[in-house]
Amino acid sequence: MNGEALRLDGNAAAGILSEVFVPDLTTAHATCANCGTIRAMGALPVYAHGMGTVMRCPACDAVILRVARTRTRLWLDLTGARLVVMAAAAPAVA
Amino acid sequence: MSLASVPIAPRASAITWRFATVAKVVMETPTARTLFLDVPGWPGHRAGQHVDVRLTAEDGYQAERSYSIASAPEDARLALTVERIDDGEVSPYLTDVLRVGDRLELRGPIGGYFVWDNVLSGSLLLVAGGSGIVPLMAMLRHRAAALATADMRARHRVPARLLYSSRRWEDAFYRDELARLVQADGALEVAFTFTREPPEGWTGFRRRIDRMMLAEVAWPPSERPRVFVCGPTPLVEAVAAALVDLGHDPALVKTERFGPTGGSP
Repeated sequence: MNGEALRLDGNAAAGILSEVFVPDLTTAHATCANCGTIRAMGALPVYAHGMGTVMRCPACDAVILRVARTRTRLWLDLTGARLVVMAAAAPAVA
Repeated sequence: MSLASVPIAPRASAITWRFATVAKVVMETPTARTLFLDVPGWPGHRAGQHVDVRLTAEDGYQAERSYSIASAPEDARLALTVERIDDGEVSPYLTDVLRVGDRLELRGPIGGYFVWDNVLSGSLLLVAGGSGIVPLMAMLRHRAAALATADMRARHRVPARLLYSSRRWEDAFYRDELARLVQADGALEVAFTFTREPPEGWTGFRRRIDRMMLAEVAWPPSERPRVFVCGPTPLVEAVAAALVDLGHDPALVKTERFGPTGGSP
């Protein structure tokens, strides 16, 4: 494989994000902290590097989310998302 | 876009790794095969979703890849169709080594975005490149299963079209099944295009998917078809751009790219 990042979609990040979030993040909507664009996260361009996964804003190309796994840790950087709105998990049975 | 429109389709619990057992293996092409899996505790899936497959070496090294689900939610077994990538870390094991009775670690179903399950929604346009057919086949299988009852057929007038690009005829997945589906369903049309070697006497498309081909195969944008595009990144980006250029609403064009390693769906 060459050194270039694979350009994929938000779908490709869904597996690792499911380790952090219970709700499905591909149908969550993120607001770009840089330009305010709102998109379903499944529609965001994703760059998969050996170092981790980067989701970018399709309008301004700013980084919205970074997630990476090391042997014992998951690293999540969400500073590029001003807001993430997702479906609430099903209410607990009383 | 309004944030109040965020779909409410909650997931009740975290996605966990579980073991699947290979129940059956079917060759699809010289380089691809379908694994039919028994997955105890499988919660069910929606057409278009994928799973992550994890292999663990004896020294503990793990490799993980995503594979689209090929089976319909209605099917008895979970099916993955895997194309062999020669220098891949995972696919050669799945296509060459794994046997019936072997176990495989997977988690899923994953992803609620590239999903189609409303059989009664608008016209459905599917555009596939190579093994990008897999999640789209799950949609066509789901459509066939949902329309299997006479009552549904009577109410159903929603057409579907598939445009499928392969290098050669023998590289195209599910050829016989697609022919059967078309025969059984008057509202389904399938168009192939072959970019290298069309079969002998082929009178259909014989080039990469382009704007003109899409204009010919797709409905006019005014009909607002639901569009799903899956394949290698360059194909997906060219098709999505051409569709938007033709006037289709970007919000109705959903894409799933997989990279040149074939590592993702």
